[in-house]
Amino acid sequence: MKDYIIFLAQSHPQFRKAELESLADLYNIKADFSQHNKEHPFLVVQLENDEEAYNLIDRAILSRGIYELWGHGVTIDELHENVQKNMGKYIDKYIEDTTFKFENLTFQGGKKSREEQIKMYERFAYLAFKGKIKMKNPDEVFTILENYSLGKDLFPLEHPNHLWFGRQINISARSRGVVEKYDIKKRPYFGTTSFDAELSLLTGNIGQVKKNELIYDPFVGTGSFLVTAAEFGGITIGSDIEFLTLKGKGPKRRLKDNFDYYKKPLQFTDVLCMDFTNNAFRNNLKFGSIICDPPYGVREGVKVCGTTDDKLGRENIVIDGELAYLRRDYIQPKKTYSLDLLLDDLLEFSSERLDIGSRLCFWMPVANDEDIPTLIPQHKDFELIYELVQDFHKWSRRLLVYVKRGEGFNGVTVKSDDREGTNNFRDRYFHKFSEKSKVVK
Amino acid sequence: MKFITSNFVRCAVKSCDGTEGSFPLNFQDCKLQLEEQEFNEEFIISMLERLDWSALVKVASQLGNNAIPPQKPSLDDINEVLLKDLHSLLLETQIIEGKMICDNCQHVYYIKDGIASFLLPPHLAK
Repeated sequence: MKDYIIFLAQSHPQFRKAELESLADLYNIKADFSQHNKEHPFLVVQLENDEEAYNLIDRAILSRGIYELWGHGVTIDELHENVQKNMGKYIDKYIEDTTFKFENLTFQGGKKSREEQIKMYERFAYLAFKGKIKMKNPDEVFTILENYSLGKDLFPLEHPNHLWFGRQINISARSRGVVEKYDIKKRPYFGTTSFDAELSLLTGNIGQVKKNELIYDPFVGTGSFLVTAAEFGGITIGSDIEFLTLKGKGPKRRLKDNFDYYKKPLQFTDVLCMDFTNNAFRNNLKFGSIICDPPYGVREGVKVCGTTDDKLGRENIVIDGELAYLRRDYIQPKKTYSLDLLLDDLLEFSSERLDIGSRLCFWMPVANDEDIPTLIPQHKDFELIYELVQDFHKWSRRLLVYVKRGEGFNGVTVKSDDREGTNNFRDRYFHKFSEKSKVVK
Repeated sequence: MKFITSNFVRCAVKSCDGTEGSFPLNFQDCKLQLEEQEFNEEFIISMLERLDWSALVKVASQLGNNAIPPQKPSLDDINEVLLKDLHSLLLETQIIEGKMICDNCQHVYYIKDGIASFLLPPHLAK
């Protein structure tokens, strides 16, 4: 085992550990992330080898890079002392003809002048690399990482409070610009409910989207989760009850065009217009992951096919000698449905369509004054492994992550009937989460 | 709707579940369009295991393609010609308009503007 240091992104720090654990699990890497601290953007982990380190970070969204750790210290002198002590273990293979460069990355640090940087790098002369310095595509990058605290004036203090030195193993998808690449507004087709790029990429990682596996989003909308799942090699398919959303905004402005735009046309299978609760996918079609943001409906409530009125005999209406409901122009009526029941259906469907070890991930909004644990659905075949919270003051949304377990797991079942509360998020939202709008069953 | 999707869908009516006529659906009056895609052998091979071969042959024939071998080829004797044919059929063939009929309950689903709709009238939705 060797020490590696991960430079984390200081973005959604409450989701970072789950992402690292999910990626470690995906690549069968045994690693302990218990030292992770939400306040702290550097994390030391022990890993078997460089390959593990490379894979762990390669598609990460909430990490920046990973480095073979050669030494650290709370002052620059201490860092050098430590590197000189350890360098014997690492250095041999880099001395001869390896091209290299140095870089300096900081958390909250100010920008150094070129002279300051060179001075900083020259102090490492004792490493005695004989290879050439090469600024573009060197064989190795050696990185000095620094963590700065802010003073009372909110400017960084003069000296860092901790420094690390290491050899770069890999930088993350985030550092390669994937979050900007998938920025919603750059896509040919997006809508008001499109899910933010950073969090949809993250959902793909926590949902363990795998290359050439079929990824299903049952509430696909404008396809944010599928476009980002394709980045990780997933073969994607989606459905939605809204035909117009799937049809898009005109020629060259539908979901398929986003996949062409990102040059991943093969990763897009299809989108189908479907009421999730009357699903048309054949029973033995299995999915590698199911990821979605169910339509909790601030803009629109949950809808399924059907009517609430009890007029019978409509199925007998004939137009031009044809049963009306069999005509091309027939419009299927829709009725509202409860989010709680829809989530029950989602868990049941997923338990039938996911293989053991595969994941179901979805976002669920909830008012913060509800007794939240009582609103979380559970299914006997699934282990709820994460409940990750993104807080918006009066409400929050949670990324619920379930793993399908095998026979004999026998987990808890918490169906909507068993849940004490009702997640009437939409009503609560429109009543500004007032006490009165809370419903007790 | 890509041709490949025809291999994944059955009648959405719950009482048709598991009946022989509900999968594959019977494709009628279809308007097809070929959309060129880059050929990727690995991708097609990874798709093969997901396909229900007899359904594939049946729907291909409904759409006028009788060139697909009746038995699923094993990975050993699959050749590039067949892989390219499959590529063209599965991924490049788009169904722009058409009907999909359940041979069990006779319900008719439509493909409109290239999108298949499985929405049900109230008396067939649960």
